[in-house]
This record gives sequence, structure tokens and C-alpha cells, in this order.
Amino acid sequence: MSSENIESIVNRRYEHGFITDIESHGLPPGLDESVVRAISTLKKEPQFMLEWRLQAYRQWREMTEPTWAHVHYPPIDFEGISYYSAPKSDADKPQSLDEVDPKLLETYDKLGIPLHERARLAGVAVDAVFDSVSVATTFKAKLSEAGVIFCSFSEAVREHPELVQKYLGSVVPRRDNFYAALNAAVFSDGSFVYIPKGVRCPMELSTYFRINAANTGQFERTLIIADEGSHVSYLEGCTAPMRDENQLHAAVVELVALEGAEIKYSTVQNWYPGDENGVGGIYNFVTKRGDCRGDNSKISWTQVETGSAITWKYPSCLLRGNNSVGEFYSVAVANNMQQADTGTKMIHIGANTSSTIVSKGISAGHAQNAYRGLVKVMPQAHGARNHTQCDSLLIGKNCGAHTFPYMEIKNPSAKIEHEATTSKISADQLFYCRQRGISEEDAVNMIVNGFCKEVFKELPMEFAVEAQALLNVSLEGAVG
Amino acid sequence: MLEIKNLKVRIGDTEILRGLSLSVKAGEVHAIMGPNGSGKSTLAQVVAGHEDYVVTAGDVTYMGNNLLELDPEIRAREGIFLGFQYPVEIAGVNNAYLLKAAVNAKRLHQGLGEIDAFEFLKVAREKMATLGMDPKFLNRGVNEGFSGGEKKRNEVLQMAMLEPRLAILDETDSGLDIDALKAVAQGVNALRSPERAIVLVTHYQRLLDYIEPDHVHVLSEGRIVRSGDKSLAHELEEKGYDWLREVANA
Ligand SMILES: Nc1ncnc2c1ncn2[C@@H]1O[C@H](COP(=O)(O)OP(=O)(O)OP(=O)(O)O)[C@@H](O)[C@H]1O
Ligand SMILES: [Mg+2]
Repeated sequence: MSSENIESIVNRRYEHGFITDIESHGLPPGLDESVVRAISTLKKEPQFMLEWRLQAYRQWREMTEPTWAHVHYPPIDFEGISYYSAPKSDADKPQSLDEVDPKLLETYDKLGIPLHERARLAGVAVDAVFDSVSVATTFKAKLSEAGVIFCSFSEAVREHPELVQKYLGSVVPRRDNFYAALNAAVFSDGSFVYIPKGVRCPMELSTYFRINAANTGQFERTLIIADEGSHVSYLEGCTAPMRDENQLHAAVVELVALEGAEIKYSTVQNWYPGDENGVGGIYNFVTKRGDCRGDNSKISWTQVETGSAITWKYPSCLLRGNNSVGEFYSVAVANNMQQADTGTKMIHIGANTSSTIVSKGISAGHAQNAYRGLVKVMPQAHGARNHTQCDSLLIGKNCGAHTFPYMEIKNPSAKIEHEATTSKISADQLFYCRQRGISEEDAVNMIVNGFCKEVFKELPMEFAVEAQALLNVSLEGAVG
Repeated sequence: MLEIKNLKVRIGDTEILRGLSLSVKAGEVHAIMGPNGSGKSTLAQVVAGHEDYVVTAGDVTYMGNNLLELDPEIRAREGIFLGFQYPVEIAGVNNAYLLKAAVNAKRLHQGLGEIDAFEFLKVAREKMATLGMDPKFLNRGVNEGFSGGEKKRNEVLQMAMLEPRLAILDETDSGLDIDALKAVAQGVNALRSPERAIVLVTHYQRLLDYIEPDHVHVLSEGRIVRSGDKSLAHELEEKGYDWLREVANA
């Protein structure tokens, strides 16, 4: 494309005067350079950020959608998506829980979500949600005392541009993959965390308490930097079912652990999976990667995934520092017509690096659940070790589990172990439990929770309890 | 307590129980014997409510109510316990957890609160001691990797904890060493009371030396062909089942 062409396209749709209009109404569907510029302008971003987005956009234009995953969906019309939606005004939001869909409230009930949190989750106007606001304020004070930066991505771009510029894209390069490039061009917002040298973050950080969290939208971006010798535990998502008008979600998460630092990243995700026929569910295409950049650093991913019509997600670790450690603990549930293709990549680069993978896949209904894992040991990675445990549990006759382990071992000293099992919840097991007075549903929950306990024990305590409740709700009616 | 009249049961296309009648009263111990494949386990499973078995005729009443209308878990909570001939393994589910869930399901059904966790452990440990079971079995997966005899003891432990009104033990004595047999018999005898009834399915007279039955029945080809007192068991031990077939065909 010639430079004049670019110029004319840039100015085609959104000239300056339209910006205020967009602020209140959002962008109409479609994607070109002018859209990228408009987003950057709306967010009052510095020049470097705009340049970065534009380069990503140009790279994305040259790329094609990946087709290797074990999932099927109709082609996505990228021109049919609006890349900036206006934040909902309080007047448009429900004013109290009485105005919220009773079905949603029923689910909150089943999940045991405390009353004061329900309003916030259901998107009730902020004024009505005093509790979480005041909690958030105390929270922020405690963090700044420790020197921890925890804010929205947009705020970080404005307030801490030097940190953003230094680390952004250093783990997931713009052109890493189709969805990562798209995200880099149009990302809406997300979280930014910086833990200074030697600081142990005084509390678990949760997206939940993020200030200015409104409307992170479908292209979320998160960057977490743990400086030397620091430690942080970050919780993403919540168990409440998340609905969104936007079907496509393409998030990017980058983690950087410097020497001796440790990052624990836990996710409980419950995107709307669609109805029993899969209609209306979220497509969740996520790129998550952690870089153990310094010696003796550690990154641990724990995730419980139950939502989305389609999930495509491989939280990975680049083990660059010597003696660095990567961990991946995952429970992925697919019910009804859900399709999940998840897994991890452990790339051993430094000496004596070690990684652990524990993947638990549960399939029910007509769902397809695939595990895809890569363990790669580079020639210089002496003494690398990996242990992979990959278990599938099938509920019913019509679902499927697929395992695709890949190994590329280029150093003969590597010790790699792989174990895989597939089991079914059998009619005999259910009858046995029922004969002991336990209902079929409770029996399924019991068996499922037993199957997942290795992963649950990695989650922070309250999160584990929530995750367990979530799993039970997700598998309701899976048998019978 | 349990009244079975002219019960006919099919699985797939084969009729397995072909007009079986049996009456069990509170306080009684019944032993059911009979050749392999005669339908003893089928009878036990039907009483427990297994859905693969289709009842084509007959009535089953339990405590005066139509048993066949109840879901298996309700039957269990109403006091019916089946010790399985082949207890199933449930990997990953803690044995104590299942046991507690079972106890609580029954308690809730009876309008009692959940059992206190310490109380539960205390009682479970006591019962295990009398059964000669190591407490470590509480923390293993349900029957996961248990030996044949260990599985049977675990069934008796569950029975002891649940204190059923009607216990049906399907070959709980098979595969037990002599000490285990005594322990199991002791567990069953401890349960004997005027309000309870016990049905023992067994192939061996030996068990009946430890648990004295009030009635002994012989099940053959889906029917009870002979009933008597404990001397019938001795007679069978001596003569085998052919003798009965001859009598039946004569
Ligand atoms: N699921 C099934 N499908 C087909 N036939 C079955 C099934 N279950 C039981 N049967 C048949 O029903 C008959 C009775 O079986 P049952 O298990 O009740 O016998 P049993 O008297 O308990 O024998 P044993 O002394 O060997 O335990 C057998 O011939 C058996 O093969
Ligand atoms: Mg049998």
C-alpha cells in the first residue's frame, strides 16, 4: 500500500471533530488506520503508543487467521466489529438489583456471591455500590505505601510511559500471532502492575479492585512486571457469568519476572458459553505469556476455565533465566456445544530450568476439549526438567477429549516425563453414590472436584472455593 | 418391612427374575443362596433401584410404601443399604468425604443437621477399629486400589456408619480371609436389632456359622425354590444344588 493511500484512508472516517461524538456513541464497525488513530486520540496517548499501534495494525493486515486449533466456528467478520464502544453512562445502567435479569441473580445465588458484590457484578450504576468503592480506596492506599503500581493500562500509558515503553511487547511481540497483532492495534484497556525491587506485594491483586475498570472491552491488555526479588499474586476474572455484546475477545497478557522474582497468575473465567446450542457464546482467543527473564525467577499460571463458546488459550513460560521455574495448572470445562483448545508452552532456554504442567480437561454434553502442549528444550538449556500430567474426564457419551503433546528436545541432558489418563464418570459410580443416599448431581460434583483438586489447591483459598462452586454450576444437568 | 410379591424383572430381552416372592420382617436375618447366575444380585440391585433392570410384573413394598416409585437415593436415605458384590472404585474422591456425604444425606433427610466433623471422625475411627481397618483408608480414594477383601470391609464400614433399617449384603463374605470374615460378621451382628432386618446373599455356610439366620432361601432360575431355617444351609453344603433341581423337577 502506498503512503498516499494510507494518508487518505487515515482521514477518511474520523476527522478530529468527531472524537467527542465517538466518546459518547462509540465507533461504527470497521477497521482501518483511522480507527487506530481515533482510539489512540480518545485515550490521549503519547506518540510512541500511537506508532506502536499503527505498526501492529500494518503487521496484522499481512497476517491470516490461524486454523490449526481443534475448534470450528463461522468466519469472523472483522469489518463488522466496532473497535471502540462508549462507556455506558450511569443513567443507562440498571439503578438497582430489582432491574437486573432474575436469571443472573439466581446464578449469583448458586455461586454464593455476597449481596454487596452482586450489584457491582450486574453493572448497577456506581453510586449504588458504595461498598466496593470504599474497599477499593483503602486498597489503593495500602499498595502505594508499598510502592506497588496497580492501575488501568490507559492510566499507565499516561503516568508511567517509561515503564510501558520498556516492557510492552517484550514478551508477546506485536506480530506474535494474528490475534495478538489485532489486540496490539486496537486494545481497549486492561491492567498494569509494577512491583518494585524486593517488594512482596502486601495483598493479592485482583482485577476486581482495579480502579477505573469500566469498559475494558473485548481487546484487553495486561502487563505485569515483577522487579528483582519481588513477589506478586494476581487474580483475574471472577466466577460470575460475564455476558458481553461483543462476541470476539482477544486479550493479551504479558508477565515479566526479573531475577529472583515470582509471579503467580490465577484466572477463573466464566464467559457466557452460549445457549445449549452454542448460540451467542463468546469466542475467547487469548495470548498469555510469561517471561522468566532473570535467574531464579518463577512464573506460575493457574486457571479454571468454564465459559466461552470457543476458547483458544495457551498460557506459556519462557524460561530464560538459569534455574527459573514455570508452572501451569489448568482446569478446562467444556459442556454442551462448547469447544476448548487450551494448553501451554514451556520453553527452556536457561540452564537447570524446570517446568510442571498439570492439565485437567472435563468434557460433558457435546463438547470438545483439546489439550495442546509444547515442551521445548533449547540446545543451551542444560539440565532442564519437565513433568507433564494431562488428565481428561468424560461425562456422557457424546463429548470428546483430545491430547496433542509436542516435544522438541535439543539438549540430551533434559529429563522429560509425560503422563496422560482418560477416565469416564461411569453409570456404576453414580449408582454406587446414589445407593449411599447421594444425589446424582452431588455425585458428579464430588467426582469432578476430586479430579480437579491438584489444581484447586494452587488457587488462593477463597478463589478455590468459588472455583469449585462454579464448576458445579457449569456442570449442572450434565448427566441424565 | 420388605414385601416382594411375584416379582418379574428383565434386563435387555432376558427375564431374570421370574415370579419371585419374599417377605422380610423387622428383626429378621435372611440368607439367600443359590447357583451362579440365578438372580441373587439382580434381586439386590432391583431393591436398591438400579435403573437398568426393568420390573415387568409384581409389587415391592417397603415399610408399607411402594418401593418401586422411589429414586435410589431416596431408598438409601429411607434406610436401605446394599453392600455391593463388586464395589466400584471412584478415583480422586476421598473415602471419608463420600462417607460423610452419605451420612449427611441421610441426616438431612431425617431432618437432623449435618454431623459435626470431629464427631464424624471419632465415630468412623471407632468403627474402623472394630473392623480391623487401618484409619489411613479414610484418606484414600473410594475403593481406589483396595484389595478385594479391603473393598468388602469398606462396604461394612459404610453400613456401620449409616445404620440402615434394611441391609442387603451381596456376597460380602466372598474373598475375605478368616479374620476379616469374623470382623464382618461382628459388624453385622452389632447391627442386629428388633427394628432392623438383614439379607445376606452368600454361597457359603461358613458365614452363617457367625451370623445365624432366621430364614434361608434358595434362589434358582429367578425364583425362590425352597425356604427353611438354618439347617437348609447345612443340607445345601452337603448335597449341592442338583438335589434341589431334582426335587423341583419331580
Ligand atoms: N447387564 C446384564 N446384561 C445381560 N445379562 C445380565 C446382566 N446382568 C445380569 N445378567 C444375567 O442375569 C443372570 C443373573 O445374574 P445375577 O448377577 O443376578 O446372578 P447371581 O445369582 O448374583 O450370580 P452370582 O452367584 O454369580 O453372583 C445371569 O445370567 C447374568 O448373566
Ligand atoms: Mg451375584
